[in-house]
Amino acid sequence: MGDVQPSPGDPEENRDPVDSEKKTREGNPTMRPVPETQNQDSKSAREDLGGMGMSVSDLNAYYGSFKAVTDVSMEIQANKVTALIGPSGCGKSTYIRCLNRMHEVISGAYAQGRVTLGEQDIYAKDADPVIIRRRVGMVFQKPNPFSKSIYDNVAWGAKINGFRGNMDELVERSLRQAALWDEVKDRLKESGFGLSGGQQQRLCIARTLAVEPEVILMDEPASALDPVSTQKIEDTMDDLKKSYTVVIVTHNMQQAARISDYTGFFYIENQGDPGQLWEFDETEKMFSNPERKETEDYVTGRFG
Amino acid sequence: MRETMIKLALTACAYLSILTTFGIVLVLLFETIGFFRKESIVEFLTSTRWSPTTGSFGILPLVYGTLTATIIAVIVALPLGLLAAIYLSEYASRGLRRWLKPALEILAGIPTVVYGYFALTFITPFLRSHLFPDIGSFNALSAGLIMGVMIIPTVASVSEDAIFAVPQSLREGAYALGATKRETATKIVVPAALSGIVAAVILGISRAIGETMIVTIAMGAQPIWGGSPLEGMQAMTAYIVQVVGGETPRGSVQYQSIFAVGSALFVMTLTLNLISYWFVRRFREVY
Ligand SMILES: Nc1ncnc2c1ncn2[C@@H]1O[C@H](COP(=O)(O)OP(=O)(O)OP(=O)(O)O)[C@@H](O)[C@H]1O
Ligand SMILES: [Mg+2]
Repeated sequence: MGDVQPSPGDPEENRDPVDSEKKTREGNPTMRPVPETQNQDSKSAREDLGGMGMSVSDLNAYYGSFKAVTDVSMEIQANKVTALIGPSGCGKSTYIRCLNRMHEVISGAYAQGRVTLGEQDIYAKDADPVIIRRRVGMVFQKPNPFSKSIYDNVAWGAKINGFRGNMDELVERSLRQAALWDEVKDRLKESGFGLSGGQQQRLCIARTLAVEPEVILMDEPASALDPVSTQKIEDTMDDLKKSYTVVIVTHNMQQAARISDYTGFFYIENQGDPGQLWEFDETEKMFSNPERKETEDYVTGRFG
Repeated sequence: MRETMIKLALTACAYLSILTTFGIVLVLLFETIGFFRKESIVEFLTSTRWSPTTGSFGILPLVYGTLTATIIAVIVALPLGLLAAIYLSEYASRGLRRWLKPALEILAGIPTVVYGYFALTFITPFLRSHLFPDIGSFNALSAGLIMGVMIIPTVASVSEDAIFAVPQSLREGAYALGATKRETATKIVVPAALSGIVAAVILGISRAIGETMIVTIAMGAQPIWGGSPLEGMQAMTAYIVQVVGGETPRGSVQYQSIFAVGSALFVMTLTLNLISYWFVRRFREVY
């Protein structure tokens, strides 16, 4: 991630994308294009950042011999919010975890198919999952803060990725973006465990933002949250998509309709089959006039 | 009816073990008080001369012997035990872990007398011919080293439990930020398991302090205050063995002194256990 990587005030280094890419993360090249204007300070640079689109074709996901998701193809538009909906167990979590190679972390689990992030095939032989995950961040269903202070929770990811700019500034900016700053600004040194569940989840969002990925995956981030925290997270969404591409799994139809630009409906036709992407379209169309009957039944709450 | 009988029997067993412990502590206390009727407690705690035959009862040389061996043991066991625990929990495949963990725990069952002879007949000669030509035949270094090996299984196994118990979601959270496996293991998982690791180390220290055979066999019987680890020393436990196994008449001051030393040992391990208990409570993370 070129924007924070090179030391500010070294424009020479920043002007050459290949060079600064190479410097990222212990010499591993990343694919993050470096915007031309990013050589002043990290703050102004960050606002120029866009998200990156992803393209998925014929993706199959397995847990050992069990096939959980079959033949998904999807274009994820840059700087848009894509919502994934569908009944429980139809493979939404499995699918979203394939988008940053988190699926394979589970022992025995693997994915087949082609997923690209910009030009990068993330399942290419030479693709390093560590770098992919740095570019495609993830917020989990259950808040999972580290056993560190609030400040270090946010700073840690940036630190291990070689961030050399002003860390205080980055932490504050990330916490503001996650709508948590005002609540924690006086207790940054306290443990992240001391926060409420909703605050912990916003802390996890802030921590993901601090790494400045190009895509943010969210797996039911609001499922265990009260309406106020949910609202706060939703409110950040419009802001987030200016700088990031967002993919979000949700069980809440109103939420999907409110915050997303595109919606994918996952469905299992016959029990025991793997889940598939039943319908994928602009959110407006999906909620007003979907092509398939099951989609309509689901979004209108007739089953699921 | 049967139910109540069984319940009664179990309750009796529970109380019996508590009573036994209580009884032992009482005897220890009683005899210790008897000892301090004759000898000054201040001298006992502050004097650096331990010579029971001439009536000098300053416990510090014995404490020095015990602590020297213990510190050497911890220097060996802490890094090795922790690394073994990290490897087992984070790197070893599931099948390998299923074999290695019990194997490690079996190591903890080697009789300490075997370790003691190993230190005396192998480690000390080895150190003498390769590193320290003038090391004594009895010395704290080889006793401490082998005691470190003895407590590695305890430290590794208990830390491994703590590390393994760190929820997978925490590891995934780190991976999702682009952390490598090593960064995740050392900077997220280990700190999250810290209270358990500290408890493991303290448990290891307690075992080392209470360990008897190794220090008796390999460290010698000279209560010396402030000696070098290359020289012989006497540990608290080794002194007790010496008196019990010798011809000291019951009821004499010398004989009673072992209860005072025993009480001191008891207080040391109890304090350590309390610290460990406090630490676990204080720093236990709620996931
Ligand atoms: N770790 C795993 N090992 C084996 N099978 C799994 C595992 N996780 C999920 N599955 C299976 O994969 C299928 C898809 O599960 P997944 O969690 O992706 O569904 P989901 O759409 O996210 O459901 P929910 O809405 O309840 O979160 C299910 O049949 C589930 O049982
Ligand atoms: Mg799910």
